[in-house]
Amino acid sequence: MSASRVVGVARAVASKDLRIEWRSRVMTNQVLPFAAIVMVLFAFALDNDGILQRVAPGLVWMATLFTSLVVVQRSFAVESADSAIDALRLAGVPSHGVYLGKVAALVAQLVVFEAVLAMLALILYRVNVDLHGAVLLVTTCVLGSVGIAALAAVYGGLSVAGRGRETLLPLLLLPAVAPVLIGATRATESAFGSDGARTVEGWPWVGLLAVFGAIFLFGGTLGFGPLTDE
Amino acid sequence: MKETSVVDVRDAVVLLGSFPALAEATLTIGRGELVVVQGANGAGKTTLLRLCAGLLPLARGTAHVMGHDVSSDRAAVRASVGFLGHANGLYLDLTAGENLSFWGDVVGASRPEVTSAAQRMGLNERLLSTQVGRLSAGQKRRTALAVLAVRRATLWLLDEPHAGLDAAGRDEIDALLRDAVGAGATVVVASHELERSASLATRRIEIVGGRIIESGGRK
Repeated sequence: MSASRVVGVARAVASKDLRIEWRSRVMTNQVLPFAAIVMVLFAFALDNDGILQRVAPGLVWMATLFTSLVVVQRSFAVESADSAIDALRLAGVPSHGVYLGKVAALVAQLVVFEAVLAMLALILYRVNVDLHGAVLLVTTCVLGSVGIAALAAVYGGLSVAGRGRETLLPLLLLPAVAPVLIGATRATESAFGSDGARTVEGWPWVGLLAVFGAIFLFGGTLGFGPLTDE
Repeated sequence: MKETSVVDVRDAVVLLGSFPALAEATLTIGRGELVVVQGANGAGKTTLLRLCAGLLPLARGTAHVMGHDVSSDRAAVRASVGFLGHANGLYLDLTAGENLSFWGDVVGASRPEVTSAAQRMGLNERLLSTQVGRLSAGQKRRTALAVLAVRRATLWLLDEPHAGLDAAGRDEIDALLRDAVGAGATVVVASHELERSASLATRRIEIVGGRIIESGGRK
């Protein structure tokens, strides 16, 4: 199987997923408001600027994880609504391409959500970010999204065929993304300067996120086909 | 790989759990045939189609599809076979045209091939630009058949393709299947409708209790 075929399939799957989301407006009209509500509720619950500024990085990534559950379930609900994912499987379409396409579309959506969540943190929690912090934050968001999406696409594919998939996905995904949550939160603490953290202290965590992302992506590419095959 | 017939199943036993859904079934289908598989619910029609699509393992016997061994070369079988079950396998939020384009992209079909498949299945501009979720059951089925054509499937395995369609829709599907055979495809249809299959098929076979019984000769 040629690499260009896999890339072609990945591109087709990613653009199809993004087109469906753009057209359905589920993300903009339902998931984004959900993410914003989570951030606002955190602000109500903690109701103290000092605490909020200190815990803002963790809140941003917890909200990202909750949002990612909705995004992933939506991504695979589209596939299972008329058994399209079965048709892809039966047609012998390279599973690597399908997987990479799903991951690319998830990353694109998660990065948008993280941008919104970070903006909300700046406004609601009064967090300050300088230019170096912004570069660190953007890099963290991209690599954190790759790590989450790489795992989520595998578990999303697994849970789509199972009974009780709405509850199965969080059970499978949330414990597995703990390393990404830790790395991304620490890097974001440095970007936000929480508790006096310096920007330079965040880059090793970014390196760790890159390693996690690469491992999850490699494992997912190999495992998606056999795991989701009947 | 040797290809003497499109489907060559011999003494096949397929177990669903411990239940033998196919019990020493033997069947040969040649190129260009339009075969209707009849039988009561639970007789083994769907199991036979799923075996030929490389979706079920053989417990005993042999099965070759398009010259590929179903037991050892399922990926090759799947690539050359188009299986259409009760679902259409379409994206409901995309238009019919976008569904066809997507499949064209993933299988590497050219734009003219996609256009030709749409024309063969009677999908005009209006239908192609309509979201699949808003199409009628018959129009969805036609779109799904066009996808099989885009995929260049040479063996079409269709499980109850007339289900949920009105009389006009059923006639339309029959005409499309005859056209597909005329264009070089081999079609196997599972159906429990005796009257319709009699007019459609070049050959009819019957499954009773997982065993295949030839009931109609070749036309």
